[in-house]
Amino acid sequence: MSEERFHPARERRRRAGIIFRVACLASIGFSIAVLAILIVDVARDGWSWLSVDFLTRYPSRIPERAGIKSAILGSLWMMALTAGISFPLGVGAAIYLEEYAPRGWLTRLLQTNIANLAGVPSIVYGILGLAIFVRFLGFGRSVLAGAATLALLALPVVIIASQEALRAVPNSLREASYGVGATRWQTIRHQVLPVALPGILTGTILSLSRSIGETAPLIMIGALTFIAFAPTSPMDPFTVLPIQIFNWTAKPQAEFHDLAAAAIIVLLVVLLLMNAAAILLRNKYQKRF
Amino acid sequence: MTHSEAAITSGPGSAPPAGGALRSPAALDLGYRMGRRWGERLIAALLFGCGLISVLTTVGIVVVLVTESAGFFREVPIAEFLTGTRWSPMYSEQHFGILPLLNGTLLIAAGSMLVALPVGLTSAIYLSEYAAPRTRAVIKPILEVLAGIPTVVYGYFALTFVTPLIRMAFPGTGIFNAASGAIVVGIMIIPMVASLSEDALNAVPLSLREAAYGLGATKFEVSTRVVVPSALSGIVASFILAISRAVGETMAVTLAAGATPKMTLNFLESIQTMTAYIVQVSLGETPHGTLEYRTIFAVGLVLFLITLVMNLVSQRITRRFREEYE
Repeated sequence: MSEERFHPARERRRRAGIIFRVACLASIGFSIAVLAILIVDVARDGWSWLSVDFLTRYPSRIPERAGIKSAILGSLWMMALTAGISFPLGVGAAIYLEEYAPRGWLTRLLQTNIANLAGVPSIVYGILGLAIFVRFLGFGRSVLAGAATLALLALPVVIIASQEALRAVPNSLREASYGVGATRWQTIRHQVLPVALPGILTGTILSLSRSIGETAPLIMIGALTFIAFAPTSPMDPFTVLPIQIFNWTAKPQAEFHDLAAAAIIVLLVVLLLMNAAAILLRNKYQKRF
Repeated sequence: MTHSEAAITSGPGSAPPAGGALRSPAALDLGYRMGRRWGERLIAALLFGCGLISVLTTVGIVVVLVTESAGFFREVPIAEFLTGTRWSPMYSEQHFGILPLLNGTLLIAAGSMLVALPVGLTSAIYLSEYAAPRTRAVIKPILEVLAGIPTVVYGYFALTFVTPLIRMAFPGTGIFNAASGAIVVGIMIIPMVASLSEDALNAVPLSLREAAYGLGATKFEVSTRVVVPSALSGIVASFILAISRAVGETMAVTLAAGATPKMTLNFLESIQTMTAYIVQVSLGETPHGTLEYRTIFAVGLVLFLITLVMNLVSQRITRRFREEYE
């Protein structure tokens, strides 16, 4: 190329680079700004409504007397039952897939199926829960029906997270265990699971924290929005924090919007605590091999 | 030591060595070993059962949606359902054309992509190509928090913050409009696009970037003409997954976009998505077993099929078109 036909156009290209860099930074800034605005918006609306009374009173048609006691208790019930169902099933499935399953079409089918289930909209799980748990199995519109539905929703994520944790356990541990005569289950029970447990728990807590914020599937199975009592058994009707928030947000009066904001603060704090617990667990017990 | 190491090269995939090798033959407790073997089989079967639950879930979803929809399609012809432009199952003059609901869903999906795709992709490029490790360590958790906020909270945000802004900019807009829902769904999906696209960008080997720098390209040129095209399959896969998420999103659109199924391309009008319709029916008093009630299964089936096809296409793209380097 001759000297006079070569145009490096350095200045123009440098400027294009700067513009692009600023655009990229602006995108990141957009997300951060939205998060900040969302938190400020919620805090400004809801902060003055937060009080001990708000946490310990039942919902009311009068905004000044309304509280979220039944929603908090319902969410706690839901959390405990969902964890109780999805944790053993999810870890069991992960152990099967990682430690037992032979390479073949069946295992591939299971794996593809789990990946696809993770992409099914949550409201479709609600339709499933309505047809199977509420009607077919006769659980009614109960805590148990809701928890079973959320457990199925959480299951793919629990399985995938547990599989990753199991995969991180080095094979030398298993081989040493087999070498001293342990059976496969003894090896898993005494060597593999203890090492993988922090990772499994971290993944489970994270997927549970997502279920705790779920609204649509519980609306489907008919979680009531006006519950002035605490559920005392898994067969009782219930409400949960996200449904209470939905209910108040959907009302036209501004006072109820502020109540929703106050309930959102409570929900976000719960989620924050769960995520912090998961991160602490990961940092404290994570072993590197 | 060397002997035992040779003996235990078997991984978890092969059968464990017999347990009694160290005992004398007379001391072998066969009953105990038999018990242990049966116990092992029982446990293996139980674990397999856990794995089967996920298959049963899929089967359950398909069976429930198809059988209940079958009842619906006995009374409403499929052709009318798929091509009708009026949806009014709750009115005295009933129409069962799903196109208005599809229209609403696609409007939300398209609008949210206008927000999520450019912001998500440029965020991913910044994280992967520009950001220093310490900046990344701050930005990634923020995106994760954004992804972890419950959708009902985004619904609240749409109604109390985004909608008033839109009504200020476009006076005369109603409280419920597609734009507010679409913007918020887009925000919700940014972290997903950013994180999946960033994974794809990170997978592009350094040698490609170095070759481009060696030719005198600027960072901007390397990012947009070398790295992004090389990672295109992963980026497209993340876009499709994001659209599928937007199609299935429920709470934010129920709260912000309204409940008026109609054929429109105007973002400032109130619309209804498939998901919002399903919520509306289940909140109402529609008796179980009626034709009106069965509509939610037919709509649910369409929703399930759309998202399933998108997820499968996305997986296929990641697997088929992944550029293999080295």
